[in-house]
Amino acid sequence: MLEIEELTVAIEGKEILHDVNMTIKKGETRVLFGPNGSGKTTLLMAIMGFPRYQVSKGKIVFKEKDITKLPLDERARLGIGMAFQRPPVVRGVKARDIVAVCLKERKDGETIRQLAGKADLVEFLDRDINYGFSGGEIKRSEIMQLLAQKPELTLLDEPESGVDLVNIALIGRLINELLEKDCPIHRRKCMGLIISHTGGILDYVNARTGYVMLDGRIICEGDPHEILKTIKERGYKGCSICIK
Amino acid sequence: MHKVKSSSKYIDKAKAASAKPALLGEDLDLESYVSSAEEQPYRDDPLQLPVETKEQMMEVGVTLDNMNQRSGTFLQVDNAPIHFSRRQEGLEVMSTSEALEKYQWLVDYYWRAVPVDSDKYTAHVELNQSDGYFIRALPGIKTTYPVQACLYLAKANLAQNVHNIIIAEEGSELHIITGCTTGLREEPGLHIGITEFYIKKGAKITFTMIHRWTPKVAVRPRTGAIVEENGLFMNNYVILKSVRSLQMYPTAWCMGENSTARYNTILIATSGSTIDVGSRVFLRARESKTEIIARAITSGGTITSRGYIEGNCPEVKGHLECRGLILAGEGIIHAIPELRGTVAGVNLSHEAAIGKIAEEEVEYLMSRGLTRAEATATIVRGFLRVDIEGLPSMLSAEIERAVQASEKELM
Repeated sequence: MLEIEELTVAIEGKEILHDVNMTIKKGETRVLFGPNGSGKTTLLMAIMGFPRYQVSKGKIVFKEKDITKLPLDERARLGIGMAFQRPPVVRGVKARDIVAVCLKERKDGETIRQLAGKADLVEFLDRDINYGFSGGEIKRSEIMQLLAQKPELTLLDEPESGVDLVNIALIGRLINELLEKDCPIHRRKCMGLIISHTGGILDYVNARTGYVMLDGRIICEGDPHEILKTIKERGYKGCSICIK
Repeated sequence: MHKVKSSSKYIDKAKAASAKPALLGEDLDLESYVSSAEEQPYRDDPLQLPVETKEQMMEVGVTLDNMNQRSGTFLQVDNAPIHFSRRQEGLEVMSTSEALEKYQWLVDYYWRAVPVDSDKYTAHVELNQSDGYFIRALPGIKTTYPVQACLYLAKANLAQNVHNIIIAEEGSELHIITGCTTGLREEPGLHIGITEFYIKKGAKITFTMIHRWTPKVAVRPRTGAIVEENGLFMNNYVILKSVRSLQMYPTAWCMGENSTARYNTILIATSGSTIDVGSRVFLRARESKTEIIARAITSGGTITSRGYIEGNCPEVKGHLECRGLILAGEGIIHAIPELRGTVAGVNLSHEAAIGKIAEEEVEYLMSRGLTRAEATATIVRGFLRVDIEGLPSMLSAEIERAVQASEKELM
């Protein structure tokens, strides 16, 4: 389980998130909506533990352990994984190398090839990671790495942005595998938090709860399809009017 | 033991240049080194060398336990060749002195790719009648395994003088790995190595050189290559561990149409090392081309990474890439890429960059579960990885192994 209590996060002294509360139970997938600059990515980065994102108040509890001060790499090893929206290019480090890192002791050529096959990235394994990758290739590569990493908490930052229709169906399938959607909810170990700007991913991935974030605060929680419908009809302005 | 017989015309020129400082690098006092070393016995079976020596040779890619993985072997300790042999017909591996005795024509190749009066180091090699290796592939012969050569500096305060000549006759293909290393630990020493390459029509040479020195050894290689029509010269260089002072600027002349010269250089400088290394190519025939790639990384040493491409003929193409990474606060990297075109129709370009390890990349890898140290090492390994097209996998593996060994020292 992930429990976030009154989380307040600043970047270089500027407070971005204010008193965020959120709980995700085993097997659940939750979607976070919000306009650009509302703080969605900041929340994911703070959960993952990037040092630039300073927690000034509140706490993050994962698997009953307070991880608020735990370093980034220890959180990854504890079972948190993140698919980045714009990951950096690391020259000379091949996609194959990173998948091997994620697989740890399970790494072998055949497993790596199978994972790449699933993500339609076999030909990319010997390329420098993210170098010259298209939008869709980056998304698939990020999720391929998470499939290797097998995190218990998956953080996905706009998995559908910049992706064409063919790719989005494949990405949806990969996310469903990652979040064990084939299993009944009570048997799943994995949980997911997905940032979505447009809500397009909901056509492919089922989520139980949606949140709306505005100006660093979660202002609404409810059925994600209903939330999305409201946003489509009235925009995020409608959300701010609604809560008044 | 054969004596090196040279021509009086070289000796006169060498005498005139005997005090001429090199254009680059610290001006070493040759008088502070001794020129002669004890005689070394010739060894039919080099496996009998001391275990420590063999291990040091192994570090620079020279394997004596597994000589069936090599087409030929040449070993020199100080100034004496101690073993040479070849396992493939059509291939010649011997000392330069023996080759000069065997082939009258060889004198015509002497000091043609490297002028004898370049500086006092070339002059010193000539005036000391220096030996070295002669490797030649007869026309159409292709080596199945690489030929290996080791130049080993054993005696303290010695100036090791070496003169090598490598000839790939028409249509031949020659892969060579040369390891230069020393048994010295705290004592000074000097290695001067002249290497001349002649790549005939349609021939190919890949030359992979791995250097492993110690903190008081100075190194002055002088290398030239002449590449004829459709010929290919590929030079790969890696330096591991500390060196007091290394300066070299190997040069290739692409003289034949559609000839190619490629240089891949990996420079690693720890604290106390001063390295000034470049690669220079003259494109003198139509459709000749070159690619020069250098990676420089310092954890406290000083690196000057040079590159020079000159296009003297239309329709030539050259690209120069130099990337540097400073790991620690006091390291210095000075990248000097130069291009010169003397006619219309040349196509030359360069890119150079010096930076640090990007925090964003470290954190990206940490988010996959690597510790900070592991993530940094992975990025450094990636930075130093140069994918060398056309190099036999056995030699790529030797380069990879050498780079990994030096990483430990660097981190």
